[in-house]
Amino acid sequence: MGFSIGTTGAGLGPRGALDRFSDKVEGKVFNLEVVLRLLIYVRPYWFQMTVSVLLLLISSALVLTIPYLVKIAIDQSIAQHDLDSLSRVTMWMLGAFSGLYLTSLGQQYLLSWIGQRVLANLRNEMFRHLQSLSLGYHDTRIVGVTLSRVISDVAVINELLAEGLVTLVGDTLLLIGIVVTMLSMSPRLALLTFSVLPLMLLVTILFARRATAAFRQTRARIAAVVGDLAEGLSGIRVIQAFAQEDASRTQFDAVNRENRDAYIEAMSLSYIFLPSVEFLGMVATAIVLLFGGLFVIRGSLTIGVVVAFLAYVSRFFQPIQELSQLYTTMQAAMAGGERVLNLLDTVPDVLDSPDAIECPPIAGRIELKNVSFAYLSEPVLHNINLVIEAGQTVALVGPTGAGKTSIANLVARFYEAAEGAVLIDDHNIKQIRQHSLRSQMGLVPQDPFLFSGTIADNIRFGRPEANDNQVKEAADLANALEFIEAKPNGFQTEILEGGVNLSLGQRQLVCIARAVLADPRILILDEATASVDTMTEVLIQEALVQLLRGRTAIIIAHRLSTIQHADQICVLDSGSIVEMGKHEELLARKGLYYTLHAS
Amino acid sequence: MSTTSPHRRQPPKKAATQIRVALPPAGSRWILGRSYRYLKGYLRFTTGAYVFTIVITLLTLFIPQLIRQIVDQGIGQKNPGLLASYIPTLLGIMVVKGVLTFLQGRWTEIASQGVAYDLRNALHHKLSSLSFSYHDHAQTGELLTRAIQDVERIRFLTGRATLRLFEGSILMLGTLVVLVLMNPRLGLLSLATIPILVAVAFRFGSIYRPLSQQIQQQLSVLTTRLEQNLRGSRVVKAFAQEGAEIARFERENEQWFHLSELSVRILAVNVPLIDFVASISTAIIIWFGGRLIILNQLTIGELVAFTTYLSQLVNPVRRLGQIIPAIAMAAASGERIFEILDADSKVTDAPDAIELPRIQGAVHFENVSFSYLGQQEVLKDVSFEAAPGQVIALLGATGSGKSSIISLIPRFYDSTNGRITIDDYDIRQVTLQSLRLQIGTVLQETTLFATSIRENIAMGRPDASEEEIIAAAMDAQAHNFILETPNGYDTEVGERGITLSGGQKQRIAIARTLLMNPRILILDDAMSSVDTDTERLIQIALERLMQGRTSFIIAQRLSTVRLADQILVLDHGRIAARGTHEELLRSSGLYTDLFHQQIKS
Repeated sequence: MGFSIGTTGAGLGPRGALDRFSDKVEGKVFNLEVVLRLLIYVRPYWFQMTVSVLLLLISSALVLTIPYLVKIAIDQSIAQHDLDSLSRVTMWMLGAFSGLYLTSLGQQYLLSWIGQRVLANLRNEMFRHLQSLSLGYHDTRIVGVTLSRVISDVAVINELLAEGLVTLVGDTLLLIGIVVTMLSMSPRLALLTFSVLPLMLLVTILFARRATAAFRQTRARIAAVVGDLAEGLSGIRVIQAFAQEDASRTQFDAVNRENRDAYIEAMSLSYIFLPSVEFLGMVATAIVLLFGGLFVIRGSLTIGVVVAFLAYVSRFFQPIQELSQLYTTMQAAMAGGERVLNLLDTVPDVLDSPDAIECPPIAGRIELKNVSFAYLSEPVLHNINLVIEAGQTVALVGPTGAGKTSIANLVARFYEAAEGAVLIDDHNIKQIRQHSLRSQMGLVPQDPFLFSGTIADNIRFGRPEANDNQVKEAADLANALEFIEAKPNGFQTEILEGGVNLSLGQRQLVCIARAVLADPRILILDEATASVDTMTEVLIQEALVQLLRGRTAIIIAHRLSTIQHADQICVLDSGSIVEMGKHEELLARKGLYYTLHAS
Repeated sequence: MSTTSPHRRQPPKKAATQIRVALPPAGSRWILGRSYRYLKGYLRFTTGAYVFTIVITLLTLFIPQLIRQIVDQGIGQKNPGLLASYIPTLLGIMVVKGVLTFLQGRWTEIASQGVAYDLRNALHHKLSSLSFSYHDHAQTGELLTRAIQDVERIRFLTGRATLRLFEGSILMLGTLVVLVLMNPRLGLLSLATIPILVAVAFRFGSIYRPLSQQIQQQLSVLTTRLEQNLRGSRVVKAFAQEGAEIARFERENEQWFHLSELSVRILAVNVPLIDFVASISTAIIIWFGGRLIILNQLTIGELVAFTTYLSQLVNPVRRLGQIIPAIAMAAASGERIFEILDADSKVTDAPDAIELPRIQGAVHFENVSFSYLGQQEVLKDVSFEAAPGQVIALLGATGSGKSSIISLIPRFYDSTNGRITIDDYDIRQVTLQSLRLQIGTVLQETTLFATSIRENIAMGRPDASEEEIIAAAMDAQAHNFILETPNGYDTEVGERGITLSGGQKQRIAIARTLLMNPRILILDDAMSSVDTDTERLIQIALERLMQGRTSFIIAQRLSTVRLADQILVLDHGRIAARGTHEELLRSSGLYTDLFHQQIKS
């Protein structure tokens, strides 16, 4: 409605400063390619979109009619003492208000619905895409960064639609509508009133520029506070051990103070801007009153027009302010959109070839033929030749960086060999579908990684259809049954983030149970380096014996004590196989294995 | 896989019923009171802001009157001179109001940002003084949320929230008085919508806030799902579970969409509704006011003033609806903040604690027992003596009490019974700072800070000279690799800098301790797996470090046990045997077992 004087621009605060710890990159305000590609995701909802835009048009028109109806009420009904006409105009007004309510409701709902729907779809698509990317991608990316792509950056689609489109189309139309209406009601008074506009624009642009910088500053400052505090908390033991609490406090006080001051300055800018806008609004009001009044006195204008002008003037400033914020919004949206599209454009470097076949059930023979491999253009493996017969256990040993993990990664096709071929039961693994290959493989990772969820969920991970009995059996074989059943909730015990409510050894046992249940033909066992107590160690070793029985296994050995019974020990150094044989043979040879064993 | 557990997931429809009106929890008045007390340091700013708010409200109430005068007397009575004479007053009032608004806003901001600053400093101060037993159970993420988000809510409460509440209330009251004075019948009639407006605004606020919190929560479920998927990508791929993972993610995502859709619906219905209710007043004023004008009981100017008054109320009322739930949330935030501030530090300086003078390093445990937070005792009646310069090796199974013994000496925890003395000073009678500065600790997990290598080494002695730092790095076998980093000692490590290997970090930690030149040394020689060369370097560095200091070592290496003047064999919190390596090999079966299990040759 009407005559808001002195209340324009409510709620311009440190908008979502906390939601955006991270600073957004500066960039283009409009990137046609990004917009067009994001709009593709909107296309399925073109009907809702069209309706929404139509409703927007109607509601803008209704906003314009109301001051006009007031004018009619004053100039015709009241001036001519016509009560019937007054009632009629009032009914019209109520109709317009109701129409405005319904169209705004519909418009807002539809548009936000589309925004959220598209956002959810995009997230799904990104997640799917991430699943198709090889480990090469995941190993080189920081998890937090990918998270913010999928969680926050995609939210730009919403900003683009809800804030971008509505502001751009809606506010521009409204502005034009107001200008045209005012001009048609009284060109002279309209032009006089518009003289405030350049000033208004100037103030807004000045503010927008400074505010962007100031609020960016506050985001950087709060991020510094979070960073300092996080570091202090994770290093609290060292800080206390070195009695450096005071130094740490002084340092925190400094970032804390900077944050406070940055906020005060940024907010102060708003407190200069808002009254300035209000003041300019009042100048426009004063112009309407003064000149409009003079025209009325001279008889060239009716009082109703003056009243309607007052209403239009107060309507004027909101769209201008919103348009001024559009700059920042769009800048962030474009940068975010670009990052989202970048992720979606990443081509997986391990792809099923078009003629790849389903891998038939395998016996588990593995052969590496003249395999070479480079990681991030650093050569890691040179001309490896290795045959593992089905059912054999092979241990890979060697110093850090010798290439143990790389061999295992190539067998699982987490990475692609640069040269040579990896054969499984005489199939080149490049010729079979990844999924069909890996569903016959299992992994016990070095760091016993568990997902949040119950213990049962975790054991069932590789075979979601397994029943409770099978889960229990697997746990039993993995020596995990005893500790699981000792928990109050047994298999239904929820595993907290990072598995903190299980001991390291227990987590290892669950990982083994997971592999047991998956019943793979080929098993990759990355030996844990972290030490567990002797009792648990015995349990783990027993469990591993169960797990390895009857499968082809590759053990990445970090400790030599546990692999003495391997069928074959393969000693690696700087990317080449230097020795191969059984434990005793290798010891007798007095080569690298002997040295490693002695140290 | 939290998603697969039925009790964690909520079907979309349940969401609506779970929304409840957010009222301040019991006891919240006390918490709010305590929060407001932090404004005490900023009393002048706060008082100033509130006084100005009253003045601003009065000006706001006066402006429509002026417009009425202009319309009725200037325009109505065709008096151009009078009309023009009102304009400077109108603009003048706006200038005054603008200046006051600026000061009011800035002062409120200074006061409330000051409160946030004070609270964060207080939290930091408290957290850095809380002993290990607190931090063993605290989660960093949770503490961060309190220090950032919860403090932010208290800031909002002590700043704009309360101010707007005050402003909105007096504006409403003032408008009521003015309108009734101007024309009782029209005044009451046009204000009839206000209670509805307030009700709508409050209902909206109380539904919307909890819902948006729920959405936030669902978003963090989604984030966790994704994070776990990414961290476990090797496992996911190895077990070929991409499909199942996608299904899980999409389920959580769909749940998020349902909640968002609900909030979108609530927003779309309510936000325009507030405008609609307010606009009914306009219709009433035009209709009834128009009649009154026709009957000569009202002037056009008064009509214009009426609509202006009402439009001035819409935004403050709308804000009130958002502020009340925010206050409820602030109370909950306050509770979480004060919980930290009120936590007892288990280890503090005694009121009559003295500075520990420069020590020789004689350590004496007299019948020491210890338990974590009243749980089972991890140390039972432990007594031993270490002469200055001796190396004491500790050996035992996990949980036998090795780490407890070394944690008690720098008072990371306090023993539950018995006493520990250093050079005949009871360590509870000396200040923590003077004690810890003379004890060097190399912990199992090496923590470096995100700053330069130099600052990391000089951490315990910020005043150390360049020569001393380099000498320490050399002794720690770290100098060479430091020189190979891009900027040498000025190379940043951690988040914004380079990543060091485990062995490199350990040597920097050793250099850090060497530089402090402590009389007593505590270390856990269970080092992360490093290659043979690095291992040798670390060994050299450790031996340098131990030279001439009383050292307590959790032993993992043969060289360490051979070096030890005394080996304490621990079993279930007791010293089961003691002596040198050779003695124990002969006399203790437990030692022989442990030796073969734990000690790397």
